[in-house]
Amino acid sequence: MCSLALFPPPPAPGDVTLYECHNALVSGHIYEKLPLAFQDQLADLPVLTIPKETLKAHSRLEHSTKPAFIHHQETLWKRCLNAWRDVGMCGVLNEVANAEEADLQWMKTGSSWALALCHWVSSLHGSLFPHLSLCSEDMIAEFSQAVDWAGCSIRAFAWHPHTSKFAVALLDDSIRVYNTNSATVPILKHRLQRNVASMAWKPLCASILAVACQSCVLVWHLDPTSLSTRPSSGCAQVLAYPGHSPVTSLAWAPSGEMLLSASPVDTAMLVWDVSTENCVPLQWFGGGGVTYLAWSPDGSKVLAATPSAVFRVWEAQMWTCERWPTIKGRCQTGCWSPDGSRLLFTVLGESVIYSLSFSEYSGEMQGQVGGSKTASIVADLSETTFETLYGEARIGGEVHSMVWDPSGERLAALIRGNPETPESRTIVAVFRTRNSPVFELLPCGFLQGEPGAQPQLIAFHPCFKKGALLTVCWSTGRISHIPFFFVSAQVPCFSPSPSPVVALSSSSASVREQPLFSEL
Amino acid sequence: MRAGGGGEQQALLRQVLGWRVAASIAWSVLLLPLCTAVFISISSIDLFHPIQWISNSFNDWYTSYVIFCILLMSVVILIISIFNVEFYAVVPSIPCSRLALLGKIIHPRQVIHSVVHAIMGMLVAWCAAVMTKGKFQFLALPCTASESLDGAVQHMCLNEYHLFLLLSGAFMGYNYSLLYLVNNMNYLPFPIIQQYKYLRFRRSLPLLVKRSCVESLYLVRNVCVAHYFFGYIPRAWISTTMDLHTDSKLHPLDTLTGLLDLSLLYHTWLCGVFLLITWHVTWLLFKIYATEAHHFPVQPTFAEETDQCLPKILNSNPPLIIKFLALQDLMLLSQYSPIRRQEVFSLSQPGGHPHNWTAISKECLNLLSDLTQKLIMQQEAAATNGRVKQPSTGELGRSLSSSEAAVKEEMAFQTQRSNVISRAHMPSLVKSSLLPLKALSTSDLGSSFGSPFSSPALNRKAGILDLNSPWHGSVQSPHVMRRGPKLWTSSSDLQMNGSPQASFSMISVARVGNEATQPSFIYTWLQNKQEQVRSFLSKRVLIMYFFSKHPEASIQAVFSDAQMHIWALEGLSRLVAASFTEDRFGVVQTTLPVILNTLLTLQEVVDKHFKLPHASSKPPRISGSLMDTSYKTLRFALRASLKTAIYRITTTFGEHLNAVQVSAEHKKRLQQFLEFKE
Repeated sequence: MCSLALFPPPPAPGDVTLYECHNALVSGHIYEKLPLAFQDQLADLPVLTIPKETLKAHSRLEHSTKPAFIHHQETLWKRCLNAWRDVGMCGVLNEVANAEEADLQWMKTGSSWALALCHWVSSLHGSLFPHLSLCSEDMIAEFSQAVDWAGCSIRAFAWHPHTSKFAVALLDDSIRVYNTNSATVPILKHRLQRNVASMAWKPLCASILAVACQSCVLVWHLDPTSLSTRPSSGCAQVLAYPGHSPVTSLAWAPSGEMLLSASPVDTAMLVWDVSTENCVPLQWFGGGGVTYLAWSPDGSKVLAATPSAVFRVWEAQMWTCERWPTIKGRCQTGCWSPDGSRLLFTVLGESVIYSLSFSEYSGEMQGQVGGSKTASIVADLSETTFETLYGEARIGGEVHSMVWDPSGERLAALIRGNPETPESRTIVAVFRTRNSPVFELLPCGFLQGEPGAQPQLIAFHPCFKKGALLTVCWSTGRISHIPFFFVSAQVPCFSPSPSPVVALSSSSASVREQPLFSEL
Repeated sequence: MRAGGGGEQQALLRQVLGWRVAASIAWSVLLLPLCTAVFISISSIDLFHPIQWISNSFNDWYTSYVIFCILLMSVVILIISIFNVEFYAVVPSIPCSRLALLGKIIHPRQVIHSVVHAIMGMLVAWCAAVMTKGKFQFLALPCTASESLDGAVQHMCLNEYHLFLLLSGAFMGYNYSLLYLVNNMNYLPFPIIQQYKYLRFRRSLPLLVKRSCVESLYLVRNVCVAHYFFGYIPRAWISTTMDLHTDSKLHPLDTLTGLLDLSLLYHTWLCGVFLLITWHVTWLLFKIYATEAHHFPVQPTFAEETDQCLPKILNSNPPLIIKFLALQDLMLLSQYSPIRRQEVFSLSQPGGHPHNWTAISKECLNLLSDLTQKLIMQQEAAATNGRVKQPSTGELGRSLSSSEAAVKEEMAFQTQRSNVISRAHMPSLVKSSLLPLKALSTSDLGSSFGSPFSSPALNRKAGILDLNSPWHGSVQSPHVMRRGPKLWTSSSDLQMNGSPQASFSMISVARVGNEATQPSFIYTWLQNKQEQVRSFLSKRVLIMYFFSKHPEASIQAVFSDAQMHIWALEGLSRLVAASFTEDRFGVVQTTLPVILNTLLTLQEVVDKHFKLPHASSKPPRISGSLMDTSYKTLRFALRASLKTAIYRITTTFGEHLNAVQVSAEHKKRLQQFLEFKE
């Protein structure tokens, strides 16, 4: 098992991790240049800072026209009708119970009783699934992959799967799309685009971005050649389904045909055929909702985490699932190896990384997920104290999000520090991994940002040719790219389709320590 | 060869579809007792004596009445299933104008459908009435109001409640049949994801129950209205023919007080729900079974299986459903099954020819180029709309020569397919000058199919004129489009000569064209008259109401069989992408230029189609209804999967594509795809 004690100590305070070269992380001053040989690799990647202060707050918080008009008392009948249309049965009951008309005493008592019954039933439901009692913004903050979703200026981040283009969702509900090849930065705004929890670019497509919003899924069709900076909201397709909000996670099929969306409130996850706006709900009661989705890169399996201590792995041909109860808490995050044969996941309340291997996928085994019997612990990330020249550093805790690079050689885990101890901090730990012939996990190092900056979101560039490139969004609003230079056995860029990944000789300089986790 | 295979193909159809139909019927009959039990329990619901209610309904399930009713309704289900099987279609027929819809309703086939369904509805209602018991059970009852108490002769009176149920059953049956037609319920939509049958059924069941309940409510309302106005007719008729009296103590049911009987309304509604649920379940099961994926072998293991293997089926001209299933199987195998892909890429044992790949790719390319042609013709039709000119002799001569060319084309028909493909090599200017041949043939075909107001020669000439005129490129501008209404264009006919029959139609059309052009003077005069009649009629409101084409409907009609093309695109592109690593003999490489050309040409045409002024660029909102309306949005799915298909090939092959031989124009296009700028 790999543990944090085996890691090299974090960089000196004030230093920033710059890149990895020859199997060692190099840190230095923030304005330090990359070595000359690598400079052209990163020349055009935009490094930007979006501080919270520059974002304009909402001009008006209430999104209805109600406050603009003088209050006017309508008849009870009309109000009930409106309430029915807006809120439903509960609204009508509420309206009747709070009516000021005197002559309807029995109706008022009746409806207040009915309302109380409703509340009681929903609280019963809520005690089974406590997350249902949260308001939708808290719910998104709870289940989002961003560490501090509610407070940080960057809420979601997504690389385009084929080109050097990424989208950033900001605190003010706008989305900016940065492209290395062009200076125009389209800013996407839509009336329904509120509280963005997640984004995903459509694979095998030039520029279609799916956005998980509070009330629906928006699919933006951006013209890659257009020079406009404000695409009209007519470019966005609205995918809404009753009872399916807030949406907290999205996943495109790697072949680009289908989009999955999940909401912690809805027990069904939806399979969308985006072009026709048809959807198929995949209902599976138990768990009380779906919080996080991850589609394996070979397209064969999908991880669906629920708010309770259980997660499911669907196989994506006949859509059957395997159920995995966890011991302590809900599954917080997970990531797939490039060939879809291994799933790493973490559980809330435990500071370990679990691994789950699946049998080799082939189309002949219809309707079987093929998971192994038990998950094994591959890394222990419990709190560890590092003695450095500059003092003590305490690192370790639960993993908030985890990403695996497309070549399957680097794994980044965003470790959230213990909130009780002030000196423990949120940090990104990077592992070197190998998936074949046996799975290995080796420590690589910690990533450190500017002083005071906490990592917020992490994502790997999908087709970086010289190794792997990790993009980290910091709590200061800075988005930085940290390259890991190594020679990979395969170039992931032009092969989104499943291809057997044989990473035999992973790095050029094999100054490797003893295997810390190995299946042998 | 094609004609000879008719018998075999019927056998194949029976083999593939037979057990599916049988299984679906068996399941719907098996589900019938369950529905009946639930119906009996709910119809005798008594909230104040729950224990008595439950025990009573338990006892009722075994009575001879109920068992007889279940047997009778099994027969009804069987007949409904037979109609489902007879009427199903994988390509929906979309009426382009109100007249066409009217024509479909009074078509004899549909009339038989409606009459049989009305009778079946009446039977179900009779069963429901018998099972409900109480006041509904019998048609004739002894009179209660016995004024003449001398009582030797007990008068029998008409039980109008029973009659009301029977009539509403017939009404509901007829209504079901009508909705079946209007909502295209005979269309078999293939699911977007593969799922087990049980899960699909379970997923659709709640919606089915809900829709049936709501629909039954509306039906009860309509039945009440109808009975209020016309209820006296059947009552009088029944009572005279069966010599029954009218009970003077009871309210007649064609009055407001009679109809406002809650128990009557409740039981009528319940009867409607029962009828709709059992029929809808039958329909749903048939749909689920028929659209289930079928596994066709790629290579025959035994000699007698050769007719059932995938390349053979794709290349022959089987019933459409078999073709759909085969294409679906092709898509699935290209996506999920490396072993079967290996068979596709394999070489034949003696000789070493890639027969499997050749057959599959040829058929897919044929489908796609057929679609390309169809779209080009549709665009031509849209472009010429309202710009009809009087013919002159010079043009007539030209049209004659072009029809001669059409005859020549008939000779060279075997090579035409390759022409179409090679056409893609040429720059677009040359391409458009080749088009009249095709435009001509279909417009002729369209008019010979009996649209009274459109004139074959005019259409044809307009098509030629447009193509030869210098402003051909700007034809699609909206101003031209809106210049004048046309009663109907030939696009509904375009749909009729869908891919399998296209070959026949071309030939016959060329002949028609030849004959039509000979008596030129009378012909011209006729043309003028026709034109006058047409312009006269188009000003009449009522006629315009029936004849006006819904633009959305005609576009839907063009893309009604696009599911086939979507699968062909997916299957082909996935196979090509897989060949990058799996094709050991390089059989795919030889066809790669042709595939790229076809895809890029189609992409151009589809792009152009979506730029037509009346084509909406977004799918319409679909409400959560039971009826599948996916055929309305197929064109969007086609556009998306076409782009994905090209991207799949370009991302897999990457820079290697620069070595593939394509025209300069397409090379430019490919480069854009490689840079993700499309």
